[in-house]
Amino acid sequence: MSEVVTPTEQATVIAASEVSRRFGQGDTAVMALRDVSAGIERGRLTAVMGPSGSGKSTLMHILAGLDRPTSGTVTLGEIEITHLNDDQLTRLRRDHIGFVFQFFNLLPMLDARENILLPMQIAGRDPDPGWLDEVIDETGLRGRLSHRPSELSGGQQQRVAIARALLSKPTVLFADEPTGNLDSAASDEILALLRHSVDSVGQTVVMVTHDPRAAAVADRILFLADGVIVKDMPHAGEDTIVDAIKSLQ
Amino acid sequence: MLRVALKGLASRRLRSVLTALAIVLGVALISGTYVLTDSINHAFASIFQTVYRGTAATVTGRSAIDASASGGTSGDVPSFSESLLPRVQRLPGVKDAIGGVQGSPQLIHDGKVISFGGAPSLGFSVDPSKPDLNSLDLVGGHWPGPSAVVIDSNTASKKHLHVGDEIGVQTRGPERMMRISGLVRLGSASSLGGATLAGFQLATAQGLFGKVGKLDDIRVSARPGVSPSQIVARIRPLLPRDAQVRTGAQEAAKSASATSSFTSFFKTFLLVFAGIALFVGAFVIANSLSITIAQRTREFATLRTLGASRRQVLRAILVESLMVGLLASVVGMLVGLGLAQGLFALFNALGLTLPTSGTIIEARTVIVSILVGVVVTMLASLRPALRATRVEPIAAVREGATLPEGRFARFRTVGAAITALLGTLLIVQGLFQAKGTGAVLSAIGFGAILVFIGVALLSARIVPTLAEWIGWPATKLGGAPGRLARENARRNPQRTASTAAALMIGLALVTLVAVLAAGITSNFRNSVNQLFTGDYAITAQNNFEPLPTAPAQAATRAAGVTAVGNVRAGEGRVFGATEQLTAVDPEIALVVSLKWKAGSQAVLRSLGPAGAFTDNGYASKHHLTIGSPVSVTTPTGRRIGLVIRGIFKPPSGGSPFGPITMSAATWDRSYQQPQNLYTLVRMSGGETAANQAALRHALQGFPNAKVQTRQKFIDNQISGLSKALNILYLLLALSIIVSLFGIVNTLVLSVFERTREIGMLRAVGTTRRQIRRMIRHESVITALIGSVIGIVLGLAFGALLAARVSAISFTIPVGRVIIFLIATWIVGLVAAIFPARRAARLDPLRALSYE
Ligand SMILES: Nc1ncnc2c1ncn2[C@@H]1O[C@H](COP(=O)(O)OP(=O)(O)OP(=O)(O)O)[C@@H](O)[C@H]1O
Ligand SMILES: [Mg+2]
Repeated sequence: MSEVVTPTEQATVIAASEVSRRFGQGDTAVMALRDVSAGIERGRLTAVMGPSGSGKSTLMHILAGLDRPTSGTVTLGEIEITHLNDDQLTRLRRDHIGFVFQFFNLLPMLDARENILLPMQIAGRDPDPGWLDEVIDETGLRGRLSHRPSELSGGQQQRVAIARALLSKPTVLFADEPTGNLDSAASDEILALLRHSVDSVGQTVVMVTHDPRAAAVADRILFLADGVIVKDMPHAGEDTIVDAIKSLQ
Repeated sequence: MLRVALKGLASRRLRSVLTALAIVLGVALISGTYVLTDSINHAFASIFQTVYRGTAATVTGRSAIDASASGGTSGDVPSFSESLLPRVQRLPGVKDAIGGVQGSPQLIHDGKVISFGGAPSLGFSVDPSKPDLNSLDLVGGHWPGPSAVVIDSNTASKKHLHVGDEIGVQTRGPERMMRISGLVRLGSASSLGGATLAGFQLATAQGLFGKVGKLDDIRVSARPGVSPSQIVARIRPLLPRDAQVRTGAQEAAKSASATSSFTSFFKTFLLVFAGIALFVGAFVIANSLSITIAQRTREFATLRTLGASRRQVLRAILVESLMVGLLASVVGMLVGLGLAQGLFALFNALGLTLPTSGTIIEARTVIVSILVGVVVTMLASLRPALRATRVEPIAAVREGATLPEGRFARFRTVGAAITALLGTLLIVQGLFQAKGTGAVLSAIGFGAILVFIGVALLSARIVPTLAEWIGWPATKLGGAPGRLARENARRNPQRTASTAAALMIGLALVTLVAVLAAGITSNFRNSVNQLFTGDYAITAQNNFEPLPTAPAQAATRAAGVTAVGNVRAGEGRVFGATEQLTAVDPEIALVVSLKWKAGSQAVLRSLGPAGAFTDNGYASKHHLTIGSPVSVTTPTGRRIGLVIRGIFKPPSGGSPFGPITMSAATWDRSYQQPQNLYTLVRMSGGETAANQAALRHALQGFPNAKVQTRQKFIDNQISGLSKALNILYLLLALSIIVSLFGIVNTLVLSVFERTREIGMLRAVGTTRRQIRRMIRHESVITALIGSVIGIVLGLAFGALLAARVSAISFTIPVGRVIIFLIATWIVGLVAAIFPARRAARLDPLRALSYE
C-alpha cells in the first residue's frame, strides 16, 4: 500500500525519513504517522491532503519542529531538527519557519501593522523596508494597517497572518487549513496570495488542506491515509484531485 | 515584546487594576505608617528644639540605675539639691541659670480631672523673669504669681477656660484653687497628644510636687562667645553624684528620642500588619495571574511559534507585573498619605491631638513603599510566569490547550505537606526552644508563613469535599443556580483553594487574636477573683497612672473601712537588672490572698524593715530561698538590703507584684516620691451601696482617685486590653479587605472565562437573577471555605500558644467564631456584587458567538 516517494531534481529543503508518531500508550495508542518518508522541495507549493484524522496536521507539526516524532528524523537543509533543544528550535523558527494558522492567531491587542512586524521584533531584526512595502501591497492591507484584528474580516485577518509569515522570508512557510475558516471568495484570495509568493519570490510553501480547490493551486500533492503517504502527484486540476480522493477511499 | 506586554496590559485594564488593588492597601499602610511616625517625630523634634533654643546647657537628675532615664515626672529620676544652682550661676561665661522642677499636677474643673483620652498631665516650673529659658511659651495673659497657674491654650479652649478663671490643681495633697494668669504652649506645639500642661513659679511648684529645696533641672544660657561645650565643661566638676549635664542641643535630641523610641515601636507594629496585608496581597496576585496566564495559553504559544524564546515570554510577563506593581505602589503610596492624614484626624477626634509641623514625606518612604510593592508583586508573579514559559508552541494549534503543569506539580501535595510541617516545627521551636525575643518572633513569623503557604497548597485537596458540605445549603435553597455554584467552586479546586487561601490568612490571625483575648481575659478574671479578697479598689481615673499616697490615707478614715492595702511601684536595680519593683502595707494581708510555696500569708503582715517576698519563677531563676539576701538599688543610688521571707506561687493570670516586694515603710524611706499603683480596701459588710458612698465621700478631695467594686476593677483593667484588641482587629480587617479583592478578581476572571457557558445558560432560559445568584453562591462558598480553614488554623495556633504561655488558657471563642462566619458570608456577598452584575449583563447572543 505504501508508495516509495522518489526525490525529484528539485533541491529538497526538508526531508522526513521514516517518521512515526504515536499518541498515547498501550490500548489507547494511536499511530498518527507510520514510517513516513518525504521531501519538501524548494520554491514549490506542496499540498498535503487526506481524510480527517489521517495525520496531515501531525506531519506538518513534525516537519515544522512543533512536535517530535516517536521515531525517524527530519532534516532542514543540513540541520537535523528532531533533536534540537528549545533554544535551537526558537532560533530555527526565527530563521527558517513561517506559520499561517486556520484560526489566524493574531494578537488582538496589536493592530495589523504591529502584528505583521511582530516576528521581526521578537527576533530583534529590522525588516527590509522595500520588502515590507511589497508584502503589504501584495496582501492588499495598505488601507487596513492601523486596524485591530477585531476590526478585520476573516480573509483580511488571514492576509495579515500571511504577510506576517512572509516578511521574514522563511525557508518554509507552513499553512494548516489556511482557508478552513473562510468563504470561497476569501479562500481564493488567500490561495492566490500563497501561489503568488511561490511564483514571484520562490517561497517554499507546505499547505495542509482537505479542499480540492485549494490543492489545485499546488505544484505537488501528497495524499495521506491512516498515517501513510498513499499518493504523491504533481499539479493537477480540481476534478483530477477529486477523482484521486475517490479512488483512494 | 515590550510593546506586546504593555499593549496586552492596556487591553486587560480591568483585570490589571483588580490585580493591582491587592497590593495597594499593604503599600498604603507602609507609606501611611512612615508618614505618620515621621511627622510625629519631626513635630516633637521641633518642639524640643524650640524648648531648648536659648539653652546652652542643662543639668538634670541622674538615675543611679538607669542612665537613659530622663524627666522629673516619673519619679524614677531623682531630684538634686538646689544648692547647685547658685554655684552654676557664678560660673564664668554663664549669662543666666534657672532651676526647675516637673511633676504631674491634675487640673480639676467642675470637680472632675481634666483629661483627654487618658493622656497624662505635665507640670513645669516657670521663671517669669527669664522667659527665654522656660520650657513653656506664653501665648496669652501673664506669667503666674506665687499662687497662680498658666495652662496650655488647647486645654483652655476645650474647657472654655479663660485668663482670670479659677481652676483646681492637685498634686500630692488636697486640691488647691488657683487663678489662671496666662495661657502657654510647649515649644511650638499647641497640643502634645492631649496632655494637659500647667506652669507655676518655682517655689510654688516645689511645694506642689513635694520637691522643696530640690531641682529636677537647671537651664543655663551662655554669654556671647562662650560655646555650650565650654559651659558643660565648666559645670561638670560641680556636679553631685545624682546630676548630669548636657548641652541644650543634646538635651533636645534626647527628649525627642524618647518620643521616637515610642513611635519606632508603633512603626514596627504597624509595619507588621502592612507585611501581613502584603503577604495576603501576594497570594491574590499569584492567583489572579495564574488565572490570566492560563487564559492566555494560546497567546503565549503563538508568540513561541513566531520565534519568541522562553526567556522573552518570561520577560514579557515580568514586565507586565512590574508595571502593575509600579502602578499599585505609586497609588498605594499616595493612599498612604491620605491614611496618615486620616489617622491624625482620628487621634484628634479621640482627644489625643498630635502635634503637627506639617506632613513629612521622606525619600525613604517613597523608596521603601515602591520597592516593597514592586518586589512583592514580582515575587508573586514569578511562579505563574515560569509556568507560562512551559507553554509549548504547538498549543497555538491545539483546541482547548491548557497551561502545562509545573515541573514539580507531582510533588505538590508532598511538598505542601512538608512545608506546612516545617512551618509547624519552626513555630514549636520558636515557642518552646528559641531564646531571645528576636529569635522567638522570627521563628514564629517565618513558621507561620510556611504553614500558610503549605496549607494553601494542600487545601486544593480538600476543597471539593469542603465545597460539597459548605455548598449543601446553597443547593437546597438556591435551586439550580446553587447547584451550579457548588460545581463551579469544585471544578477548579486549585483556583478555589488559592482564592480562599487569601481569606484564610486573615481569618486565622483574627481567630488567633480572639483565642488569645478569651484566654487572657478569662485567666485574668480568675486570677483576680482568686487573689483579691477585698471589696473595693482605688486607682487613677485612667486606670494605669500611679496615685500619690494621700488618697489612700484619706480612704482609711472612711466609715466601715477595716483594711487598706497599698501596692507601691517603681524602678529598682536587682541582680544587675532594672526591674519594676513593688512594696506593700501590712494590711495587704487582709485584701490579697496568695498561695505560698515557702512562707505563709503571715509574711505579708510581718515584712518589717528588711523583709521581702518573691514569686517562685524569680526565685528559681536567681536561686532564692527563705533567708537569701537581696540587694536593691534605688534610682537615687540608695542600697536596700533585704532578706527573702516568702516565696509565692503567682496565679496563671500573672503576678500582681514585681519580682521583689518589700514593705511600704522601707520603700518610703528610700524612694523620693512614693506612689500607689493601686489600693485595695476591705470594709465591714462588704460590697454595699452605703460602703461605696462612704468611700467616695472620703475621697471627695481627690478627683483623680476612682473607687471601683471588685468586678468593675477587673473590667477596667481589661478595658485597656480590649482597646488593644480592637486595634488588632481593625488592622487585620485590612488583610481581609485585600482577600475580598482576591475573590472579586477570581470571580471576574471566571465569568470572563465562562462567557460562552453563561451565554448558553441564558439561552436555555436562565434568568439574570439566577445568574447573579449563582455567582453570589459561588462567592460565598469560596469565602466560607477560606474562613473555615482559617478558623481551624487560628484555633490550632491559639492552642499552641496557650500550651506555651501560662497566662493564656485555651478556650474556643464560640461567639466570636460565629461572628467571623457571618462576617465571611457578608464578605462573600459583597465580593460577588460586581462580578455578578457583569455576568448578568452578558448578552446571550454575543456570549455564544464569543471566540
Ligand atoms: N495530541 C494528540 N493526542 C492524542 N492523539 C492525537 C493528538 N493529535 C492527534 N492525535 C491523533 O492522531 C491522528 C492524526 O491526527 P491529525 O490531527 O494529524 O489529523 P488530521 O489529518 O490533521 O485531521 P483533520 O483533517 O481532522 O485535521 C488522529 O487519530 C488524532 O486523533
Ligand atoms: Mg488537522
